[in-house]
Amino acid sequence: MAAQGIQGGRKSNKMTALVADDNMVNRAIHHRLLDNLGIESEAVGNGKEAVDIHCSGKNFDLILMDMDMPIMNGIEATRKLREMGIRSMIAGVSTRSVEHEIREFIEAGLDDYQEKPLTMSKLISIIHKIKG
Amino acid sequence: MDVVNQLQRQFLDYSASLHREGFLDDQFTQLQKLQDENSPDFVVEVASLFFEDCEKLINNMARALEQQGVDFKQVDASVHQLKGSSSSIGAMRVKNVCIAFRSFCEAQNREGCLRCLQQVTHEYSLLKNKLQTLFRLEQQILAAGGSVPAIE
Repeated sequence: MAAQGIQGGRKSNKMTALVADDNMVNRAIHHRLLDNLGIESEAVGNGKEAVDIHCSGKNFDLILMDMDMPIMNGIEATRKLREMGIRSMIAGVSTRSVEHEIREFIEAGLDDYQEKPLTMSKLISIIHKIKG
Repeated sequence: MDVVNQLQRQFLDYSASLHREGFLDDQFTQLQKLQDENSPDFVVEVASLFFEDCEKLINNMARALEQQGVDFKQVDASVHQLKGSSSSIGAMRVKNVCIAFRSFCEAQNREGCLRCLQQVTHEYSLLKNKLQTLFRLEQQILAAGGSVPAIE
């Protein structure tokens, strides 16, 4: 689960991902989905940790951002990351189905949005967007 | 050979019944497909995390509902979490109780919430037993030298 030790650098060409979700069941599942695709991932439990890990100099190809998280939610975290100039692919994942809430999340700076639960095919479609 | 075939049949039948009776939905099958030689215990591990999570959240809900002035937002937050993890693991009946539970939280209906709490505790306990049986069947197949059949 650990990303490369070099600040901002890469030891290999492996894709890297950050999972931001306050639920440990979801973190375990998302990690496994990513691992199956050969993607190294790290996990954080809220939006503030997602921002802090970038402040420490780490960078990821993909961020899977949950909407509802304590301390700082996914919408705020996405906004902050974009303000910081983070251009990584940010895919919002949530169980919310109310249109205006999803819209607010997307407008915060998402590249993609998927309804939970995340499946292999949903993750693959997110990754195709990065490569495409 | 016979023993393995018998156990495999038992496993498939039991698995099918869990789906038929609504205990598990397709999301659980998705998780089973993620299991491989690199992570042979993935499903058991995730199920354990889920049960840990369930117990913690159910306790939180019970405590919150015991208060003189119930903080329904707090109860709802726990139900939302449980809905999320039950949805992710494919625990359909637990998830469905959570959906009803959230409506009672919104309506600030303490009696309704208490009924749902009872239901969710019951469903979680049923599911835990059934999954333990399923995992036991898997172990028996492996111990007999067979492989666990894939669920389509």
